[in-house]
Amino acid sequence: MKPALDRGSLALGAYVYTVLAFVIIPLVIIIPMSFGQNDHLEFPPSGFTLKWYAEYFTSRGWRNATWLSIQVAFLTAICATLIGTAATYAMVRGRGQLASLFQILLIGPIIVPHIALAVGLYLFFQTIGLSGTVPGFVLAHTVLALPFVVFTTAAALGKVDANFEAAAMSCGATRWTAFRLITLPLILPSVVSSAFFAFIISFDEPVVSFFLSGVRQKTLPRRMFEDIEQNLTPVIPAIATLLIVLSVAILLGAYAMRSRARS
Amino acid sequence: MTTATRSRFWHSDGRRLSGLATLLLLLPFFAIIAFVFIYPLAQLLFISFFEPKPTLDNYARVVANPVYTRVLLRTLWTAMLVTGLSVILGFPVAYYMSRVRGALAALVGVCVILPLWSSVLVRTAAWSFLFQREGLINSALMAVGVTSEPIKLLYTQGAVVIAMTHVLLPFMILPIYGTLRSIPNDYMRAAAVLGATRLRTFTEVILPLSMSGVASGSLLVFLTALGFFITPALLGSPQELMVATLVSQQIREVLDWPFASALVGVLTLFVTLLALIFSKTLRFDRLMGAQT
Repeated sequence: MKPALDRGSLALGAYVYTVLAFVIIPLVIIIPMSFGQNDHLEFPPSGFTLKWYAEYFTSRGWRNATWLSIQVAFLTAICATLIGTAATYAMVRGRGQLASLFQILLIGPIIVPHIALAVGLYLFFQTIGLSGTVPGFVLAHTVLALPFVVFTTAAALGKVDANFEAAAMSCGATRWTAFRLITLPLILPSVVSSAFFAFIISFDEPVVSFFLSGVRQKTLPRRMFEDIEQNLTPVIPAIATLLIVLSVAILLGAYAMRSRARS
Repeated sequence: MTTATRSRFWHSDGRRLSGLATLLLLLPFFAIIAFVFIYPLAQLLFISFFEPKPTLDNYARVVANPVYTRVLLRTLWTAMLVTGLSVILGFPVAYYMSRVRGALAALVGVCVILPLWSSVLVRTAAWSFLFQREGLINSALMAVGVTSEPIKLLYTQGAVVIAMTHVLLPFMILPIYGTLRSIPNDYMRAAAVLGATRLRTFTEVILPLSMSGVASGSLLVFLTALGFFITPALLGSPQELMVATLVSQQIREVLDWPFASALVGVLTLFVTLLALIFSKTLRFDRLMGAQT
């Protein structure tokens, strides 16, 4: 083996860390901006203040948008996890009926541009009165989150030996009892981590929310869109900082779940 | 139906669910997909072909009007540019990720995955700030002396391309990383034993074996870029629309549903067709595996 630090490796390392800087700097740079005192965004920020955070937490509009997004994301996480886990269980433990249809429909929401779905749902939900309502947002976000839930739980379920359940059932357990007492505890970490991901997919979802939001019912991403479009005040970096912290927390939570799944 | 298959439908045998149970468990999934995914898209397709009367006029307008063909071409070109940039920026990162171990690997992994799970709006807002007239990029350019006046960066197609590349880069890195990780180390050792230089090992062993990951990532980035909305809407110029921003304009400002539906139809059919043709290349399971 050649020494690790030859010229090629150094060049590669330099290139890679430049790219990573391009990836990470825009996210990092927004954090100090949220503490700047001036009304317009500047770098480096002058002074130190928490007034933008205060503005976010006290403004009625931001509070309502955040609360709506939390409700929608929480319900989406529950719906997507329940529907996705049931479907995955049927696929893994079933006899393979409808498997190809299932797979095509599953990747549909990933392939089809969100703008297409957003426009379609905008029209459809307006005619049936779901536009700008919590159930409307939850239905739409559940569709978007389902593929990710299924991929995560399918990987876990595939590792659980079908004979465990068969053994329990030959001892007199029903299928439901066997699932609840044997399979579910084994796949629980993956199910919980898929719920985390469904939550964050819904909470950050901008395009469908953009079209489904009404004048009064706006999700947080939709409010942010309007603020960025009209005037970029330091409230946006403050919210962005909070969202980055939230992403880190949820990622750590999901990873903790996964390492429990491995051990 | 034979007796055996009929009983399989009603009864599970311990290992396998009965057909009835399978259907019942799948029912919520199929219901929500049919109701909230298939139906709204089908309705748009219907409008695009049947309003105001059964016609192909809505599609004819998309291709006949040079303003709109330019939008289509700009969208295609932007998506290709973003894909190309993502390969150039992403491949070395994926390669590096597959080589390093320990704390460095964790650092690189976090840098790649964290942006993926942070809001597109946060990232677009960051670029919006960086590209401002008094933004950091203009200050830097003026400090270095490249320019004496601030350059117009925000609301240009260049801003859109850079920000979209930033947003989509993880979708390129992760599939390539997945294939690179699956190449056994023995291959590299074998090449080295046979006297290949590291460059030759790279070009003749690693590069060809990683092509499936490059194809998968490129397709994913390209297809996603074609329908991108948030970034062009916030960073792009209203004079340089892309398909998604044109659709939004037609619906929210012009209220021309038949034409907007035809645009959505063109975009969706094109993307779906590409996805079907290359369905073997698109490995979503691998992407998720690397992601979670």
